[in-house]
Amino acid sequence: MKRELTFILNGEAVTTEVDPQWTLLYLLREVLELTGTKEGCGYGECGACTVIIDGQAVNSCLFPVMEVEGKRVTTIEGITSKDGSMHPLQTAFINEGAVQCGFCTPGMIMSAKALLDAKDKPTEDEIKEAIEGNLCRCTGYVKIIDAIKSAAGGR
Amino acid sequence: MNNLTIVGKKIPKRDAPLKATGSAVYIQDLKIPGMLHGKILYSKYPHARITGLDTSMAEKLPGVRAVVTASDMPANFRIGVMKDNPPLKTGKVLSIRDEIAAVAAISPEIAEEALSLIKVEYEELPGTFDPLEAMKEGAPLIHEEAKSNILKMPWKLVCGDVEAAKKESAFIVEDTFSTPWVTHCCLGTSGCVAQLDAKNNLTLYSNTQIPSLAQNDYIEALNAFGLKGKRVRIVQSVIGGAFGSKLDTYAYEYIAILLALKTRKPVKIVFSREEEFFATSPRQCTITKISHGCDKEGRLTFREMEMVLDNGAYTSWGATTPSVMMLPISSLYKVPNVKYVAKCVYTNNTYSQAMRGYGNPQATFAIESSLDQLAEKAGIDPYELRLKNANEPGEITPQRFKITSCGMKECIDEVVKRLDWKGKKGKGGNRGVGMASLIHVGGGARVYKSDGCGTIIKMDDFGKVDVFTGASDIGQGSETIIAQIVAEVLGIPIDDVNVINNDTDICPWDVGVHASRTTFVAGNAALGAAKKIKAQILEIAAKLLEEEPASLDIKNGVVFSVKNSEKTIPLGKALRKLHYTLGGNMLMAEYFYDPANENFDKEFKGNLSVSYAYGAHGVEVEVDRETGKVKILNYIAAHDVGKAINPMLLEGQIYGGGLMGLGYALGEKMIYEKGYLKNGNFLDYKMPTVKDIPPVQAVIVETDEKDGPFGAKGIGEPGLVPTAPAIANAIYDAVGVRIKDLPITPEKVLAALREKEGQTHK
Repeated sequence: MKRELTFILNGEAVTTEVDPQWTLLYLLREVLELTGTKEGCGYGECGACTVIIDGQAVNSCLFPVMEVEGKRVTTIEGITSKDGSMHPLQTAFINEGAVQCGFCTPGMIMSAKALLDAKDKPTEDEIKEAIEGNLCRCTGYVKIIDAIKSAAGGR
Repeated sequence: MNNLTIVGKKIPKRDAPLKATGSAVYIQDLKIPGMLHGKILYSKYPHARITGLDTSMAEKLPGVRAVVTASDMPANFRIGVMKDNPPLKTGKVLSIRDEIAAVAAISPEIAEEALSLIKVEYEELPGTFDPLEAMKEGAPLIHEEAKSNILKMPWKLVCGDVEAAKKESAFIVEDTFSTPWVTHCCLGTSGCVAQLDAKNNLTLYSNTQIPSLAQNDYIEALNAFGLKGKRVRIVQSVIGGAFGSKLDTYAYEYIAILLALKTRKPVKIVFSREEEFFATSPRQCTITKISHGCDKEGRLTFREMEMVLDNGAYTSWGATTPSVMMLPISSLYKVPNVKYVAKCVYTNNTYSQAMRGYGNPQATFAIESSLDQLAEKAGIDPYELRLKNANEPGEITPQRFKITSCGMKECIDEVVKRLDWKGKKGKGGNRGVGMASLIHVGGGARVYKSDGCGTIIKMDDFGKVDVFTGASDIGQGSETIIAQIVAEVLGIPIDDVNVINNDTDICPWDVGVHASRTTFVAGNAALGAAKKIKAQILEIAAKLLEEEPASLDIKNGVVFSVKNSEKTIPLGKALRKLHYTLGGNMLMAEYFYDPANENFDKEFKGNLSVSYAYGAHGVEVEVDRETGKVKILNYIAAHDVGKAINPMLLEGQIYGGGLMGLGYALGEKMIYEKGYLKNGNFLDYKMPTVKDIPPVQAVIVETDEKDGPFGAKGIGEPGLVPTAPAIANAIYDAVGVRIKDLPITPEKVLAALREKEGQTHK
């Protein structure tokens, strides 16, 4: 049985029919075709599917879709300005060499954004804490930390 | 070389904006109208006879479009290096990843449900899971027709006379080392979409790292299906990591092709994370007996190694990793007498493949651990022993590698200096330092008949450039490196260079992303094409400017006379003049670069690579005697890279490789119990997280390789090769126990400490 769901997605109100069994990730990727959010494992262990719900970084692959009712959801597609200019974190990831295969990148950026939204100048430990749930096999994380520091420093 | 404006600079990765905004299309994101979803039914048992198979219920499920089994595949069609792997199995299954049936349905969920409706009856057979057991007489045969579980790949390298050298050695050590199954853990799982046109020409959307060789494999497959003379086009989606995992073609791809043939629809198969763990081909486990000798002064006299490798149930490139292991075995340090014998053994485990380093990490773990044992026995500082035996430019090694540029000593010195080796070595307090070096191919590797890569450059009316290269970007950044090289040669802004690297219909041939060869080989191919087209541009401009081509150059997209700076013409204007005229022309150039390296001869000797990459890693560790936990306090990774085309991307390779090596050293292991994978998920398989990174410095040593593009050598694989032995050596320095079996878990360290204490108390 499908049910109606209303929430704020990337700053705009969205009303859509969903199967209550779906995860938020399924709605985003398969129905709304926002494929910037990735599925790396499907059980909350890799962070590739991270989105921000009401300020919190969340694994959308585990998040029951009905629970976003009335909430604000931000995906990687939602942090680029309408004029196409990128979020400072996106720019920093690009300029600091924090992107290799890129599959973890959207989730990594969303985890970092939730951190920077809550805290202007995080310590290195706080950065590590924030992205501990985001796995990356390519970069060794060094330049990802550099990028987050650089984005935080540039604000 | 001092006037470089783009090469040698920290240029952001060209595809990073796509990836950082979520717009990059990975295989997971690809949708084609009418596309169906395929799922595969794997064996329940690692070794069993299939006594019954009933797909009728699955076929009746609404939404299912096709169910296929071995009977739908051409009889005798086999894949893999030894052609021992039918994409769908019948009769006997040999591992838990054996594909028995597959479904195409209108959704992945329906396909999954259909799998649960397929009934398979099995008669379980006794299995063989330990390669040493599998080698024994009377062990159950995995492939009965092969008559032995030992593969008919007689890996044997003999240089000089090891037996004579033993007699003349002042010090000899001997020991056994072992390494586990580990897996690539690409964040983007494997997958493909197979699409056939009305005439059965195939397009395969894929994340392969060998488009040209894969194309050949699928042409063979279509032939086997009775579809002769068909075209195959490989289109690569953005690739979510590879590390060697996509160096072969796999059953799932042939199954997708079969399902597309049956349904006349595009069929997509994408692995779940669970499948990515158990149904892809990892780095194999090895058992290595090694003995090393030196004279009184510490000069190496011989190295002898015997290795057993678990091949698993079928044969992919994993079985050929001994060929690369020979590289460090014969040529890491100067060692005149070498003997190496390796056996790859069939078992009922998963089957092995290439993974970053291609056997080198397993061999180097044994060599560099053993070398520290030898240094101790000879009473020489391990650093001095290494320096004394270090490779040098101009050397020809026992395997006949011609060493050109070689920064091994510089790398070792960097490690010693930055780690404060002399201040910290042997100082106790549960802290210690250790180091290990590496050699790897750095100028291609002639493992096929061709080690080449083609490049086509096309210029438009505005001075902008399209570069069509055979070289795939698997995340390492080859697209950017190639763009930098072309922009540098042509004197144009890098944003004016567009690299097309993912479509066999338009990109020239390349042997694949392996052997850390792409910067060197594809870089040289791009360099050759760029030089050719530049010569054409200068010739045209010379006529327009009434100058000699030799006195012209290009900067910022403007052709100018070096003699008379007033004489200039923008590149676009010159090109338009050429184009829009009677009998006009447009500029294109092509270049195929195949390095002057050699295939091994029958004795596995020959100059495999045009140049060799070197490096040394050093770590300082602290060992907790209560828990056995090892903390890395400092990690120096120094690499001789010839020339850093892009220091930022290069550091990324070193950091990424180093952490993969750290995972190999301290935590990663696929736990196979009687053929079943027990930790096939990110919770239980300990891939490093950001919390595991130590303080790390990537040190770039430049040696200017004469044959490299702008002096560059390869760096893709070296980063993880020496990590594990460097850590093992540091642990020994800290607490006096040597862990010889990777990964070095706290349990193993603790057990070794207890054993040592027990011995001391006796």
